[in-house]
Amino acid sequence: MNAAVADRVRKVPGSRERAGDRLFRLIITAFAGIILFAAAALAWQLTRESLGTWKAFGASFLWTSTWDPVNDVFGALPFLYGTAVSSILALLIAVPLGVGAAVFLTELAPKNVAEGLMFAIELLAAVPSVILGLMGIFILVPAMRWAGAPYGVGMLTAGLILALMILPYITTITREVLLTVPRPLKEAMYALGATRWEVVRGVSLPFARSGIIGAVFLSLGRALGETMAVTMVIGNTPRIDFNVLQPGYSMAAVIANELAEAASDAHLSALVAIGLALMGVTVVVNGAARLMIYRLGKRA
Amino acid sequence: MNEALYARRKRLNALMFALTAVCAAVASGTLLAILGYIAWKGASSLSWDFLLHLPKPVGEKGGGIANSIVGSAKVVGLAGVMGVPVGVLAGVYLAEYGRGKFAFAVRYAADVMNGVPSIVVGLFAYALIVHPMKKFSALSGAVALAFIMIPIVLRNTEEFLRLVPGTIREAALALGVPRWKVTLMVILPTAGRGILTGALLALARVAGETAPLIFTAFGNRFADNGWLNPIATLPHTIYTYAISPYEDWHNQAWAAALILMAFVLLVNVTARVWLRPSSGTSH
Repeated sequence: MNAAVADRVRKVPGSRERAGDRLFRLIITAFAGIILFAAAALAWQLTRESLGTWKAFGASFLWTSTWDPVNDVFGALPFLYGTAVSSILALLIAVPLGVGAAVFLTELAPKNVAEGLMFAIELLAAVPSVILGLMGIFILVPAMRWAGAPYGVGMLTAGLILALMILPYITTITREVLLTVPRPLKEAMYALGATRWEVVRGVSLPFARSGIIGAVFLSLGRALGETMAVTMVIGNTPRIDFNVLQPGYSMAAVIANELAEAASDAHLSALVAIGLALMGVTVVVNGAARLMIYRLGKRA
Repeated sequence: MNEALYARRKRLNALMFALTAVCAAVASGTLLAILGYIAWKGASSLSWDFLLHLPKPVGEKGGGIANSIVGSAKVVGLAGVMGVPVGVLAGVYLAEYGRGKFAFAVRYAADVMNGVPSIVVGLFAYALIVHPMKKFSALSGAVALAFIMIPIVLRNTEEFLRLVPGTIREAALALGVPRWKVTLMVILPTAGRGILTGALLALARVAGETAPLIFTAFGNRFADNGWLNPIATLPHTIYTYAISPYEDWHNQAWAAALILMAFVLLVNVTARVWLRPSSGTSH
């Protein structure tokens, strides 16, 4: 609307854009252009630096599992596997918790209690991941060892930490969507004698479904790319083991651990290729999340 | 009425809500548990010496993290100097002029930037600066952090500018004030508090980032010397100390975590309080 008003003013017969206005418009357009340039530069640099790997191994880079920097043989499958498994475990833990918390905070808790608890949950999202990793190393890992994981570090440990990191997103978004459920729908069901839980199940949750799915995708995007907390507890062992208590490795973790000491150009290129793949996946996942949330916006 | 069925429905209702209450307690209690534990573990190793001294040589006990605190301030400060103006001005563009294909592309690019994992941003800064210069540097770390800040600041700026009532804009334009002056001297100050808070929150967010600094700022056990050399930062020091085998370093990691957490918490709570009274939207 703002832009529309100004455009209309400019279109009044006889009015021309003043020199100062034109200069200002050019300057801030240039600043907006920096965004485009930066995003393009990111994609270009990653593609350029990883070209060697794609040439040497082709797409099979993504489904072979030998990672041997000494002999310059690279396959990224164990890292893809670890990233996928730890993120899915995180979703399995965080989605029920987050949705449950959101239901409690919208349907049951008094308003000021809900706001206080929401603040605590939102602040959880502000805790730096290296600090969660620190808690992971010194609390969660011993706890997992006590609970029967052979090394304490492992896929499930990483999944648990990741779950804590995405829990705020799921709770916040779900709560926002639940708050938009039209009152008459709920009241109609109450009038039929439904209990509160039946209203939540029958009206609120189905209404909020696409928003919750959007939140899940958004959280998945975060979980896939999360580095520090995962690197510190996943065990950093490049192998594929179907037991989630065993150590694994993730795409972000291998970059964090090996890049600064990359032995050769081929090694460096392989790590950047993993980064490019990781970026591709998160862009797709985030795109899906936006689509879900956009659809929701159109319906409301 | 079927009494048994009714009782069962009521029981299910109570059970489900008890479960959701547990979920809410876990979700909000985690933060308190984390804060409490860090305060407890960190406070025992915290002292003025710790804050004001350089690290001792590896293997010797004691020493401080003064260089990491200064390093974080420098890297985050430089990131702010680069990232905030770009984010704010591009946000002004999108809010005040942003229509058509170019604006759509900018918005899309900002969304993509926002979703890119921070480790990938670190790779970018590595490929852009560290690799050509063959040297880890404070500058490359700051570029990575600025890249992360820009989309956050941009989105926040655009949101707050959209809250400025159109009537203010029209009143100023109707008085014959040139559009650039309206934007810079009327609209921006009206949304100023929100934009500033957003920039602060973005600074707090990148101050805790570790992943993009591992192979850009890299870390340094000595006092820093300039922008083009490796530099220690608080989150990176926490990371190296946490994964080290030394008990003494573990304790220092907790104390450093306490400092970092206190800073992040302070900014977040301030932002919350600051945004509450006048401009009614809190994000």
